Amino acid sequence: MSAFLDHLPEFWQGLIVTLQLTAASFAGAAVVGLLIAAMRVSPVPVLRGIGTAYVETLQNLPLLVLLVLAVFGLPEIGLQAGLQVTATVVIALYEGAYIAEALRSGVNAVASGQGEAARALGLTFGQSLRHVVLPQALRTVIQPIGNIFIALTMNTSLAAAVGVVELTAAANRVNLLEAQPIPIFVGAGLAYAVVAACAGLVTGRLERRLAVVR
Amino acid sequence: MSNVLFDEPGPRARRRIRIATIAGAVVLLGLVALAVRQFAANGQLAADRWQPYATWPMWRYLLGGLWSTVLAAVVSAALSMAAGLALALGRLSRRPWVRMPSAAYVETVRTIPVLVLVYVVLFALPRYGLDLPLFWKLVVPLTVSNASLFAEVFRAGILSIERGQSEAGLAVGLTQGQTMRLIVLPQAARRVLPSIVSQSVGLLKDTSLGFVVSYAELLYSGKVLANYNGLLIQTYIVVALVYLVVNASLSKLARTLEARQPRRRLFRV
Repeated sequence: MSAFLDHLPEFWQGLIVTLQLTAASFAGAAVVGLLIAAMRVSPVPVLRGIGTAYVETLQNLPLLVLLVLAVFGLPEIGLQAGLQVTATVVIALYEGAYIAEALRSGVNAVASGQGEAARALGLTFGQSLRHVVLPQALRTVIQPIGNIFIALTMNTSLAAAVGVVELTAAANRVNLLEAQPIPIFVGAGLAYAVVAACAGLVTGRLERRLAVVR
Repeated sequence: MSNVLFDEPGPRARRRIRIATIAGAVVLLGLVALAVRQFAANGQLAADRWQPYATWPMWRYLLGGLWSTVLAAVVSAALSMAAGLALALGRLSRRPWVRMPSAAYVETVRTIPVLVLVYVVLFALPRYGLDLPLFWKLVVPLTVSNASLFAEVFRAGILSIERGQSEAGLAVGLTQGQTMRLIVLPQAARRVLPSIVSQSVGLLKDTSLGFVVSYAELLYSGKVLANYNGLLIQTYIVVALVYLVVNASLSKLARTLEARQPRRRLFRV
């Protein structure tokens, strides 16, 4: 246990980086996902095609391949940013594809009669989106988005494989110094579990509060 | 294509769609042009930097890596499906001393990153005298983590079978175990097949952690190759394309299976 307590500052630093990666890339993923989902449900064939291609590509590539490509490949064509920034952007783009799919399935889950009724009442496109479609769509996607958030938190650990010193990498470094793997990795695992549990709690409460009984 | 958002477009909407089509195409072409310019400006488009990937030895090496990837994915998928089924049945058991540990395993492992498990196998187990061969250093953590995911897929499938099925089984005098084995599981297996395939895509993606373990699967082979010939971006792009082709085919298979499910069951795991 002392191996864990002696190195609390390192763990703390790692946890901070993990939380930064998680928060920043989730925010980015939400924006990307919203854009791509909007493209995929739009009536414009080209935009739908781009959206579909984006989701297909990003969901079928391992995140680690994307990270390696961005960290070691992109400098070759003169694109270089800080390690953590690169990791954040890549994770955001990757998880954005999953968020887009969740949002799209949420919109598709709204019965088409709802939209037709809204238009029959004379609501404009924006109004029917704001008052009728989105409130119902967003409620059905709370749970999936919560799961994506948890998966994203787990996935930020892959940034360790390309050199970002987040929680997993910090644990590994401390272990190399102390050689007491059990308390160290259990500690790191617990930290992830706590983040995931918090996310689960929040989505559970949100869902209960906003659930539509049909 | 009337749907929840739009009616059949009228003349004005059609004009707007045309404008958006052109704008979208222009932006897309602009992005492609930008990427090509960036490659060209840094001399990465030169023929001799791509030439190696038109030769057989390079491909033989990469396909060897792909073979190792597939091997690790298949072994790990088989093991984690078996473990996942056991965990799912355990979680649905009426005996608390079976149910609780299964539930605890699934809920705990789901919140631990695979990379942490990989590090445990890489750096912690050898200290306690358990130094696995490279292949198992990749397969064991993948199995441990994916077993919990498969368990949830199986559990959802079993729970989705109408209660009448198992009630009918019990009514004709089958035991609990027989009902599960002969009535519920065959139907559940058919229903979860698409989810199993798409979960396997996730597992195949996870095998890229061989990069960390230095097990010579596709991504690690790419790293070795890039270190040898210095064609970093080209190699990783080729590796990414191989992953894309394999996984996209599997995803397509999952969608085909999904579409072939009987219509009246509005069901998704």
